[in-house]
Amino acid sequence: MRGAAMNEELTLLNNDYEKKYGFKVEDKPLVKLEGLNEETVKTISKLKNEASWMTEKRLQALKIFTTKPMPTWGGDLKNVNFDNVTYYLRSNQKVEDNWENVPEEIKQTFERLGIPEAERKFLAGSGAQFESESVYHKIREDLSKVGVIFCDMDTALKEYPEIVKENFGRIVPAGDNKFAALNTACWSGGSFIYVPKNVKVTAPLQAYFRINAKNMGQFERTLIIADEGAEVTYYEGCTSPVYSSDSLHAAVVELVAKKNAKIRYVTIQNWSSNVYNLVTKRAFAYENATVEWIDGNIGSKLTMKYPSVYLMEKNAKANILSVAIAGKNQHQDAGGKVIHLAPNTTSRIISKSVSKDGGRSSYRGFLKVGKNATNVKATVRCDALLLDEFSRSDTYPTMQIEEKDAVIAHEATVGKIGDEQLFYLTSRGLTETEAMSMIVLGFISEFTKELPMEYAIELNKLIHLEMENAIG
Amino acid sequence: MKNTLTIKNLHVSVEGKPILQGISLEIKSGEIHALMGPNGSGKSTLSYVLAGHPKYKVESGEIWYGNTNILALKPEERAKRGLFLAFQYPVELPGVNYQNALYTMTKARRNLPPKEFQAELKQCLEKLNLDPSFIQRHVNVGFSGGEKKKAEVLQLLLSKPSLAILDETDSGLDRDALEIVGKAIQELRNKDFSSLIITHYPKLLRYLNPDKVHIIMNGRIILTGDNATIQKIEQEGYAWCGDE
Repeated sequence: MRGAAMNEELTLLNNDYEKKYGFKVEDKPLVKLEGLNEETVKTISKLKNEASWMTEKRLQALKIFTTKPMPTWGGDLKNVNFDNVTYYLRSNQKVEDNWENVPEEIKQTFERLGIPEAERKFLAGSGAQFESESVYHKIREDLSKVGVIFCDMDTALKEYPEIVKENFGRIVPAGDNKFAALNTACWSGGSFIYVPKNVKVTAPLQAYFRINAKNMGQFERTLIIADEGAEVTYYEGCTSPVYSSDSLHAAVVELVAKKNAKIRYVTIQNWSSNVYNLVTKRAFAYENATVEWIDGNIGSKLTMKYPSVYLMEKNAKANILSVAIAGKNQHQDAGGKVIHLAPNTTSRIISKSVSKDGGRSSYRGFLKVGKNATNVKATVRCDALLLDEFSRSDTYPTMQIEEKDAVIAHEATVGKIGDEQLFYLTSRGLTETEAMSMIVLGFISEFTKELPMEYAIELNKLIHLEMENAIG
Repeated sequence: MKNTLTIKNLHVSVEGKPILQGISLEIKSGEIHALMGPNGSGKSTLSYVLAGHPKYKVESGEIWYGNTNILALKPEERAKRGLFLAFQYPVELPGVNYQNALYTMTKARRNLPPKEFQAELKQCLEKLNLDPSFIQRHVNVGFSGGEKKKAEVLQLLLSKPSLAILDETDSGLDRDALEIVGKAIQELRNKDFSSLIITHYPKLLRYLNPDKVHIIMNGRIILTGDNATIQKIEQEGYAWCGDE
């Protein structure tokens, strides 16, 4: 009885992916570059009419990429075929700030995903990327008037070259890892945000990344700078059609939170199960600044992503909340890294993973307390929930503590859904599927409660909870 | 008799060990029966079997509710036919918001729009003397013994079952809470509602005035009586029952 209901649950989770997110529109590329070599990289840079320093940076990164071996830890990367990837694909002429001007098929795609509607309802600014290029970007006028910048990265490179040059690759250098190098060589699109001193952006800014074409490689680059005392919340979502061949998403995200600033970065990653998602996310937090990564991984074939925070100056805080749901043929290798480099810094990593139907989720974390980082407080907690005996969960925590007075708490649990929990709920009239959804959602509620209501509802739907949250 | 619960010669084992050894019982619609007996006599087993717990194996016998043999039904199908079990040990659901859970549970049985649900919920909380903040907690997590039992009764009231099985709902309740719960259940008494109250203590039964009292020992009902039986047990325990 349990087994049959379990299988039903497994297919229900994300089973409407194909219909809701997995659709594709007709491919009408204006430019398409396949294969990775100097020529491709130079062409990307030339098409974008970039300054020569950026072309140089790209070419250097390409060298790093070709010399660095594939990582042998984390997930299984041996089927990634770099020759069979589209490195640049453009289907639009320019970035629009009015949905009416976005090419029809692309506009339809984002309408189906509810993006313009979300923008009207509750966002302070919205961006949309289709394949390699941003197609739409807009920020509320009152915010642009006080100096908040929210645009695509290519526009930022042209319009704010100094601030981009100062920070691009400073937080995540091309040499950090093979996929950061790949991104630096081929990057296109992504978001740029600058929030001036003491400006607090209360509604979230959002960008949505969409892959449409087969064998696509998407390499967006995001840079967020919150100046002293500034506050901003950024949300990103992503989906793609289901193909039998693999796609590659290798993004780099760099955050700078200056003195007293606060950045909250929320991701709901829901790529189709043919996407390798290999992303480097890192933040520098200066005096008394707070950086929060709220990182949800539901989709993809393999995700390797460990958002990190470098606590550079005293009293800085890091908060990493990571959720991974690994289903059939999925491996979520996720977690977080915190590097304490200054006194009185605090951090908290909470990781929640759910494995089902043979899926695998791994927590991989790194916590470092450097010399002179005295009076540090750090908490790491990872909880895993297994829905069946075919699934797998691992934890790979690493700690390097160089100051004796650091207070470190580390806790890890692995659990299964209990028969008594299921019976309790089914005796109340819930089906086993509904009961399991409720228990799983409870398990990840620390994550869900950090989301804006709109996203929480969407997530609940993803996890097949037919519960009316309106009353919550 | 549409809503009569009929248990016929029920034999049940758990992990190969026989627990119930020929239980027969009939509860007509509108009746409240009490089931009393010492620890380990099979009271909770009977309640779990009625609700459909997969761990309990029915070796022989039948359970009919109305004209359906419910033994073939899943727990949720039994719930939809009007059965409700108030657990002796309610299960904790970490992270699950109680209000959301209550709504989902209620909606599984009754077609109730959110607004009307909210109004009913408010009434029930008041009736049970529970603070409104109670429903913002996680289901049964960190509840005191008394709160857990009141929470079961809260679910019972919202579920509006036609057959309620209360498994030692009174243990863990203080005197005032016992009175509140007793009166709340007594209010449910009508021709379409029946209940089996499992208890060790006569106190709750004073509010309910059961139609019949059954004494269970070693997996068998050895005596069926009335209020006089309750008084005798209060004074003398169970030892005399086997002699009748």
